[in-house]
Amino acid sequence: MLHTLAVLVENNPGVLARVAGLFSRRGFNIDSLAVGRTDNSAISRMTIVVEGDDLILEQVTKQLHKLIDVIKISDITKDEYVDRELVLIKVNADAATRGEIMQIVDIFRAHIVDIGHKTLTIEATGDEGKINAIEQALRPFGIRELARTGKIAMLRGFKASSVNNNGKEDV
Amino acid sequence: MQLSGAEILVKSLEAEGVEVIFGYPGGVLLPIYDVLYDSGIRHILTRHEQGAAHAADGYARATGRAGVCLATSGPGATNLVTGIANAYMDSVPLVALTGQVPSSLLGRDSFQEADITGITLPITKHSYLVGDPAELARIVKEAFYIATTGRPGPVLIDLPRDVSGAKADYKEPSEVNLPGYRPVLDGDERQIGETTRAIAQSHRPVIYAGGGVITAGAHEELRQLAELLLAPVATTLMGLGGFPGNHPLSLGMLGMHGTKYANYAVCECDLLIAVGARFDDRVTGDLGCFAPMAKIIHIDIDPAEIGKNVRVDIPVRGDVKRVLTRLIACLEPVIASAWQEKIDNWKKEYPLAYGEGNGLKPQFIIEEIYRLTGGEAIIATDVGQHQMWAAQYYRFEKPRTFISSGGLGAMGYGMPAAIGAQIGCPDALVFDIAGDGSIQMNIQELTTAVNYGLPINVAILNNGFLGMVRQWQELFYNRRYSQTELKNPDFVKLAEAYGAEGIRVTEKAEVAPAIERAIKSDKPVLIDFVVEREENVFPMVPPGGSLNKMLG
Repeated sequence: MLHTLAVLVENNPGVLARVAGLFSRRGFNIDSLAVGRTDNSAISRMTIVVEGDDLILEQVTKQLHKLIDVIKISDITKDEYVDRELVLIKVNADAATRGEIMQIVDIFRAHIVDIGHKTLTIEATGDEGKINAIEQALRPFGIRELARTGKIAMLRGFKASSVNNNGKEDV
Repeated sequence: MQLSGAEILVKSLEAEGVEVIFGYPGGVLLPIYDVLYDSGIRHILTRHEQGAAHAADGYARATGRAGVCLATSGPGATNLVTGIANAYMDSVPLVALTGQVPSSLLGRDSFQEADITGITLPITKHSYLVGDPAELARIVKEAFYIATTGRPGPVLIDLPRDVSGAKADYKEPSEVNLPGYRPVLDGDERQIGETTRAIAQSHRPVIYAGGGVITAGAHEELRQLAELLLAPVATTLMGLGGFPGNHPLSLGMLGMHGTKYANYAVCECDLLIAVGARFDDRVTGDLGCFAPMAKIIHIDIDPAEIGKNVRVDIPVRGDVKRVLTRLIACLEPVIASAWQEKIDNWKKEYPLAYGEGNGLKPQFIIEEIYRLTGGEAIIATDVGQHQMWAAQYYRFEKPRTFISSGGLGAMGYGMPAAIGAQIGCPDALVFDIAGDGSIQMNIQELTTAVNYGLPINVAILNNGFLGMVRQWQELFYNRRYSQTELKNPDFVKLAEAYGAEGIRVTEKAEVAPAIERAIKSDKPVLIDFVVEREENVFPMVPPGGSLNKMLG
């Protein structure tokens, strides 16, 4: 089963290597990992999608907690959350296919962000299912290049997975 | 106040109460060694950086204080790696300081550059690559805090040459503030309550005690708990000395080379109380048959150890000493138990024993060292058969007297660790029990012992083999002794060449006089005990086997 972990870490050099190294040497599988800083520039947030049963997840969480730079880990899988991924797709497009591609882009509420001589570059955001779907829809035209950010996620409603400025956890 | 990075480093080490550094100089360390020249901190010059790391580790295990080692960049740093891994596996508080090439040359494959923070990432509790001398005081304070608290472990500080050379304002660091590091020390009330109830319902409890008991200083609480419950105590290799070896409730060691009665007791118990132990494969054998009838309580400061290898019924996170103290206060004493009788019968029926042969028996030598030191010595060991015989036949009474590479199993650990222990405990009688193979992995440290006048005693159980590997070849590879027979140097002459005293023993009658002479001598003594060549360590649970199916 896939679990989504929101991990807050100190924004120190090497922190990504520590987290990635931990996963590889303990044999845990990362499905996706996205990282960026939070509103507090000293703290970064990693969204890690990891595959495993409850036992593995327990170990992943406990081992992550042992890293000094890891401040907080929330497994938000079982809560209500919103998640988004961003994809850039460069697809072959000539005069004959351009119209059809633009229709697909409309259907997925995506955007065209660049036009080349024989290509269109499309930006789409959404959950994993939508991103997979637009990729499938564009594949017949010939995808020249594709870049996905990996998933970021956030709990719905008042609940938060964050720390305040004193380094103390919010409720 | 403006100070150089090197001055800030040494000042910060002094502030942490560091009395000794085990190290080896090199190019990028020149600013630091220049400051150490005038410092009150004692520096022990080893002959190899691995010796420095193991010595700092031995010092830490014998004293309970953090050990400090120092090595230069590149090869100096990589030579520390085995010592750091060793400290990591056995949860030893170690602060490893390494020199690094100047920041401007980092990442350019410069002369003597090695990415030591990268290399040691999986074997350190934490590490720092210092970018600014102004941060050094805080980093040193954090490093010692992290190394010595919670589950202890090694912390590495990598110091680029320009950082130790540059000047910065020195400010005394404030309190350590690490939002991501807050060890849970007090056990949960509810979990302790559940533990109390499980103990009350149990008829056949066994306490399985590991190195965490010694780290936490909980040996006294462990003895109280055992006596209160009349529960027998089996210790791991790391737990030896955490419970008195001569106590009527002692089962000795459990696991692969544990006593039969310890392993039988684990197999038949209805409650296993694991205290500061981590269910290593050398302890459990086949996990499917481990303590099959038992409810398992696991008390440990590291939550990641709980449930890692075995399913645990009652997890108790916390400092072993604090948890045991609270537990003892909740428990009623047990008056008598049929379980105790059963265990006493096993002890009578299956004692640790070895046969008489024509040659010198290695087990006999350990028994003699035990007798002649009155069980009061600090025993360091290397890794292999001699280590297991030392664990079986020297009945460790007190914590911090058995100093051995458990988790990593690093040959070459014994002598430098004995040196570190002797530096930390100058009045103690220190023996290194070694094999003829492993002694040669760090034999150069005999010079260190001689130079500093350390009266350590080295007992080599010399069977002319890599004995433990040979034993496995005998038992599982049809006696095909591939690359395990050793053609050794003359250890007595070697000892003399180093300026130590060398004694060779080949007869039973010479054993006691040689040990007595070594104890009396105030310089390092090496005794080459030429023992029976193909003696095996028994009992033995074959790897992956069930604990109740032992050979020998």
